[in-house]
Amino acid sequence: MSDWREDRKQGLLTNLRNPQSPKAVISLDGRIRQALEVGRTRLIVAGALMAMAFVIIGIRLVDLTLLQGSRSNTTSTAQEIDEAPPVQTRRADIVDRNGIVLATTLPTASLYAEPKKIPNPEIAARLLADILPEISQDKLLKKLSSDRAFIWIKRNLTPRQQYAINGLGIPGLNFEQEQRRFYPHENLSAHIVGFTDVDNKGLAGVEQSFDTALRENDAPLELSIDLRVQHILTEEMSAAMQEFSAIGAAGLVMDVNTGEVISSVSLPTFDPDSPGDAPDDARFNRATLGIYEMGSTFKLLTAAMALDEGVASVYDGYDVSKPIRISRFSITDYKPMKRWLSVPEILIYSSNIGTVQMALEVGTESQRKYLSNFGLLRTASTELSEVGTPLVPSPWREINTMTISYGHGIAVSPLQMTTAVSSLVNGGVMKPATFIKRDKDYVPAGRRILNEKTSILMRDMMRLVVLHGSGRNADAEGYLVGGKTGTADKLKGGRYVTNSRVSSFVAAFPMNNPRYVVYVMVDEPKGTKKTYGFATGGWVAAPVVKRVIERMAPLLGIQPVHIESADDSGNSILKKAKARMEGRKIAAR
Amino acid sequence: MSTFARTDTSVVGRWWWTVDRWNLAALLALMAFGALLVLAASPAAADRIGVGTFQLAKRHFTLLPAAACMMISISLLSVRKIRRFAVIGLGITVVLLLATLVLGVEIKGATRWVNLLGFSLQPSEFAKPFFAVTIAWMLASAKTEEGIPGTWIAIGIWLVVISLLMMQPDLGQTVVITAIGGVQLFLAGLPMMLVGVFILLAALGLIIAYYTLPHVTARIDGFLDPATGNSFQVNRSMEAFKNGGLLGQGPGEGTIKSLLPDAHSDFIFSVAGEELGLIACLIIVCLFAFVVLRGFSRLLHENNLFVLLACTGLLTQFGLQAIINMASTLHLIPTKGMTLPFVSYGGSSLLALAVGMGMVLALTRRRPHGGYEA
Repeated sequence: MSDWREDRKQGLLTNLRNPQSPKAVISLDGRIRQALEVGRTRLIVAGALMAMAFVIIGIRLVDLTLLQGSRSNTTSTAQEIDEAPPVQTRRADIVDRNGIVLATTLPTASLYAEPKKIPNPEIAARLLADILPEISQDKLLKKLSSDRAFIWIKRNLTPRQQYAINGLGIPGLNFEQEQRRFYPHENLSAHIVGFTDVDNKGLAGVEQSFDTALRENDAPLELSIDLRVQHILTEEMSAAMQEFSAIGAAGLVMDVNTGEVISSVSLPTFDPDSPGDAPDDARFNRATLGIYEMGSTFKLLTAAMALDEGVASVYDGYDVSKPIRISRFSITDYKPMKRWLSVPEILIYSSNIGTVQMALEVGTESQRKYLSNFGLLRTASTELSEVGTPLVPSPWREINTMTISYGHGIAVSPLQMTTAVSSLVNGGVMKPATFIKRDKDYVPAGRRILNEKTSILMRDMMRLVVLHGSGRNADAEGYLVGGKTGTADKLKGGRYVTNSRVSSFVAAFPMNNPRYVVYVMVDEPKGTKKTYGFATGGWVAAPVVKRVIERMAPLLGIQPVHIESADDSGNSILKKAKARMEGRKIAAR
Repeated sequence: MSTFARTDTSVVGRWWWTVDRWNLAALLALMAFGALLVLAASPAAADRIGVGTFQLAKRHFTLLPAAACMMISISLLSVRKIRRFAVIGLGITVVLLLATLVLGVEIKGATRWVNLLGFSLQPSEFAKPFFAVTIAWMLASAKTEEGIPGTWIAIGIWLVVISLLMMQPDLGQTVVITAIGGVQLFLAGLPMMLVGVFILLAALGLIIAYYTLPHVTARIDGFLDPATGNSFQVNRSMEAFKNGGLLGQGPGEGTIKSLLPDAHSDFIFSVAGEELGLIACLIIVCLFAFVVLRGFSRLLHENNLFVLLACTGLLTQFGLQAIINMASTLHLIPTKGMTLPFVSYGGSSLLALAVGMGMVLALTRRRPHGGYEA
């Protein structure tokens, strides 16, 4: 080889047998040999590290492709982005008792932008603003030219909007498939069904209280609501609200045997598809969350406890000719009768004075016990989270006993009142109110709070109120309606205001075998010419109840009856009681 | 393949019997994989940058034979000629590196390219093989020649090259060059104490880079916490592997190339994962490991310190690039723009690697006297 000399000089060849190598080279060769040894040994280290790296890569390959690959069963899509919201499973439907859908989940598309990919935000914002007029062009431009990797533009587009945006063909604008809660009947059952936020999390009504169940189940949630009755009640109440220029209204229909709420209406109402647009007052559930002084409807409860305790019989009477004075208060009657009234007459003429005397005979302790049994002294336990806590006097003095007897000085929710009246007429058994449909033929045992005899007498007396008293306007022909009016002045700034009142009517029908309680309350009605300026329960709420019963009864399979004898028991009670009062009058002379 | 007679003493005949034919075959196999994958992945990229659909593939297919020829031609050279070739090459590269700073075109925040005779060239790619061989010469001289401060000269060259690279800035190539030099220094008998110190210094250097270079900060943050950084590419890459499974979706059937801008270059291994599947990927990994480890094992019988150091440097470069690239796509390390040797699209990278591996083939040819051909 021609380069040997050169190579040796560099120590490339370490051949000791080379005859030319002098001693100096031998020592140099020794050093080179040593250097080579070190080099080779360390080469093994370097090689081992490299080999290890390749093995790790091989293991990672197997891990990614086989182990993780089969687990995720991936379907990679271009739409998928890193900050995408978590995948939602379909939220269960909510249906009424007949299976009509009140809330369902629809697939929709939501528009998001990846601003970095948008070539010209100005043009994009202008084009988008035409399709999404609810978002201003400035706001769009701000979003489209932001420096974030991902930004929502609009959630839940209509298919038409999605098509139009797709047609623009702007890169960086993409759709995320989402699910949206949809309420086909809009505001009809808004307060009960409630609503969700954009991420389908329940915020109100059963959407909130059954949030987890709706997420986890596929089967629809069946409410006790009958949408047909809900519609009737809403329509009639709206008409009354308009007629009497009221600020609101609440109504309930309850099955007295099961405690199921067949209908629950609070007006004004709102569209659960856009709850944010509604004022707070509209979202407020007057039927369950609002608490009101009920007024004279409470007299039913006072009469029931007096009869049940045995302190008075239906034929007994009280002198209502003079107002009751206690300390600086004086309790008078709205329509003074100036004579003795029997118990049925006290209800018929809605006498405060008579009721107070009954309550005083019942006594504070017993009154409290009965009201507690009626479920009026603590928050109702029901499925909705919008439940009002009653206002109960503390301490409970004799003056409280007196005012509470005719429904003042205590505030309860319409739902509580309806439940109490249900137990009054259903034979005296307290059944907790529910918004969830009960199994067919299942009748909850409930808790007996009144003797059955008391309940039967109460039915007769409620019927008498409609036949002869303040509830005449509620008499739906053939349905044997019984009930009681209630008119309570509203407390404003600590004083009762006479022209600002809550007028209500609570009814049950048919009185020979009560099936439903209907409660209607109108908030701050103003009298009209037609009602001669009156805005009391009998003028405002009773006609609503009448029309509601006339319309709902046929739907619920209740036959109208035309039996002359149906009202005989009530009328005979009244006749006998009146005779006793006449006797008293004569005796007094 | 027609073979040559053992007695054939022509240049080519001698070459055929002395060259490492197995490694040559492995390198050609890698090029073949690269051809297939670039053909699959580059049309999407070509459409994106607005040239003809097969423009990039065509370019790769013209460069590939040229690179193979260049590799084989270089492997014909003698050890001495290789050394000269490398030193001259490094000189030209340094000039070109200086030129990029003056004339270079800024692409993605760094000036790395220079136009030369109508080709746009990335000098930093060529710096690596020439650097490895030149440094090997210096380190070997320090041991074999009296009075030559080879180690200091090597360190000086290293400083010049990395300062030029950091001015671009190009942290990736700096790390690779430093790693090559470090491995060579280690093999050249650096005291273990200093090995430890240098490892610490390297770690310190990376930490400083993390705090001073914003794009490095972003990359590493993105790796440590995928939620914060822009981990789009690597997530798509991992999905591609999952999507590919054992046997892949079939050549051309992948989707990742339409999503990743660098699918034909830095993320070509992901394309391989999706379209060819696990088995082909493991074959590719084995080919790289084979080239590096077979090269190393041949060096265990090497009696020439220069050859030992030069080949180790070149093979380290080759292996390290492959490891960094594959580990990036598999989310084992932060993403680092580095081509997969001989597989990725990329003219400079392909030619420079051909030069480097040509030199390896030349240096590892069997030579008489119990050693290898000089």
